[in-house]
Amino acid sequence: MSAEKIKITYREAIRAAIREALLRDERVFLMGEDVGRYGGCFAVSKGLLDEFGPERIRDTPLSESAFVGAGIGAAMGGVRPIVEIMTVNFSLLALDQIVNNAATILHMSGGQFNIPLVIRMTTGAGRQLAAQHSHSLEGWYAHIPGIKVLTPATLDDARGMLWTALEDPDPVLIFENGLLYNMEGELAVETGAVDISKAAIRHHGRNVSLITYGGTLFKTLEAAQELARDGIEAEVVDLRVLRPLDTATVVDSVTRTHRAVIIDEGWRSGSISAEIMARIMENAFYELDAPVARVCSAEVPMPYPKHLEDAAIPQVPGIIAAARRVVAGHE
Amino acid sequence: MPSLGADMKSGILVDWRVKPGDTVKRGDIVALVETEKGVIEVEIFDSGIVESIQVHPGEKVPVGTTLATIRSNGQTIEARPAAAPPPIEEKKEAPLVTAPPPPPVAPETHRPRVSPLARKRAEELGVNLADVAGTGEAGSITAADVERAMEGAKPVPPPPIRPKAGEVLSMRRVIAAAMARSKREIPHYYLSTTVDMRRALDWLAAENAKRPVTKRLLYSVLLIRAVALAVREVPEMNGFWVDGAFRLGEGVHVGVAISLRQGGLVNPAVHDVDKKGLDELMENMLDLVNRARTGHLRSSEISDGTITVTNLGEQGVESVFGVIYPPQVALVGFGKIVERPWAAGGMLGVRPTLAASLAADHRVSDGHRGGRFLLAIDRLLQEPEKL
Repeated sequence: MSAEKIKITYREAIRAAIREALLRDERVFLMGEDVGRYGGCFAVSKGLLDEFGPERIRDTPLSESAFVGAGIGAAMGGVRPIVEIMTVNFSLLALDQIVNNAATILHMSGGQFNIPLVIRMTTGAGRQLAAQHSHSLEGWYAHIPGIKVLTPATLDDARGMLWTALEDPDPVLIFENGLLYNMEGELAVETGAVDISKAAIRHHGRNVSLITYGGTLFKTLEAAQELARDGIEAEVVDLRVLRPLDTATVVDSVTRTHRAVIIDEGWRSGSISAEIMARIMENAFYELDAPVARVCSAEVPMPYPKHLEDAAIPQVPGIIAAARRVVAGHE
Repeated sequence: MPSLGADMKSGILVDWRVKPGDTVKRGDIVALVETEKGVIEVEIFDSGIVESIQVHPGEKVPVGTTLATIRSNGQTIEARPAAAPPPIEEKKEAPLVTAPPPPPVAPETHRPRVSPLARKRAEELGVNLADVAGTGEAGSITAADVERAMEGAKPVPPPPIRPKAGEVLSMRRVIAAAMARSKREIPHYYLSTTVDMRRALDWLAAENAKRPVTKRLLYSVLLIRAVALAVREVPEMNGFWVDGAFRLGEGVHVGVAISLRQGGLVNPAVHDVDKKGLDELMENMLDLVNRARTGHLRSSEISDGTITVTNLGEQGVESVFGVIYPPQVALVGFGKIVERPWAAGGMLGVRPTLAASLAADHRVSDGHRGGRFLLAIDRLLQEPEKL
């Protein structure tokens, strides 16, 4: 295996994954709003129309319910659609198709029809797109049995999760945090498909577990570096998959560190962060040496002004303060 | 929830023997409570009618929690632990306009903030959480605080054996905590004397010959009776060391150390030994041993002992120097009866002899008084017909 590496952005890693899927399996096609001529609202699919043609790179009308429904039908018919929805806020127009159809048809048909559908969408704030384009609702989808929910944060996951998701016989939702598209890094040329069932430890430590995913992973890693300067060794757990949750990795980590902070760009009430806390209570209560803490977004519609948006979502100083409180009893 | 031992922090209510509306009188068994010592029958200390039940079977609550409320003579009384029961006002005709009711009074007991891990670690290490200073958030006690306290206190190392059954393990912990506390806090002094048991055994043999088998007496009943009567002469052996001072026991309740077949040991008390005859004591003891081994001790028996007697004669050892059961201040040990050459009145003979020992708290008494106490036991055993 070659160790040769290339410089690549998160956006390019996803494009490479889509391109590889289109090349490897002729049943794969991409559809969504502006994915063709415009090259995708976030320029993920730029150049793919020229390479693969309008049959496989399909622009759709502005009707999320219709084109997600079409994707479900196509998947039932034997092809492998990748449906792109512009943002998670807009996916709410397709909730009926995702929750009532994609997630249930295998069950409703008595096991006769799988829905091998992949839906990609952007999530998260930080780009001054205001309250209708910036929310983090992936935790909602993690509530629904019948679908899988992936949140790639690293380049490896951006590059490798799509193919594994396409191989899955059931619907898989992939949430791409919008702030990550321009993130640049090195990736091995021969990187391929990755596992989509396990959380990953991105940084080892023994004093506190910082549990996060998606866009806040890198803020959390930065916080961990800062904490290390104070002698606090933080372990950073990247959940990677919100459904099914890899409880074992979280519980193992907390069992080693005895303290946990959950960092989630979603709101806290009734959220995935609440679910993780509940699982820690259920499985590791007697290992805890401090109450589990959370750093989440302020419970307001996402503000447009830069300074207010920054104040509304988790930031490095807030993560550091929460970790210090949990470890040392004060900030 | 009554305190059924010096180290009991909480108990699980296993079952109620009464329900709201039942009439209870002082001494009735009203509930079963599970502690590390087994299932204990809880007696009521007031008479009245059960008004309501606050704690339900299966719940684990701290010592001091109100378990049930009973009504007696128009008053409402919190059932156990019996502090001064606050009388409630008679119901009056409701006036049209009333002042807002006073806010409920916050409970006085402040549960210390202890992390689950720290609580677990403290139990493992035998550290008393009351002695630990918290450094965590809002002064909470963390596992590191417990470990620091452990290093500071240097208590006995954890027991090397780890029995399989959880129950035995937890009883072991209770014993470990009580005995470690005893050796840490109580300056023991030890005395021993050898008692000529010929008169006592001769008298017992003659007495038993007159009795049906079921009514026969064991010599151990003579021993606890002698201890109880000796207490009358040296009362500072009977009571508790509490808050830096000696408190005389109310009554003479002799705790009898009983080893359990599954391992471990309890020392339930026989009440008012100084006021009971040998027959009654014999019945009490047999009943107690039987119930201790089947796990049906009563709350008053667990918590009321004022002095302890341990008799290791059955095990074949000649003498025992015991560890005082805190907060008691004395423990009398008896070994096995051994025939020895015995010189008395210028003559040598063979007598059955018994080694009697005393472990006593030097904060409360001195060797001189302890010696008097042991000699009183000896003297009393020389006149068994008066016991």
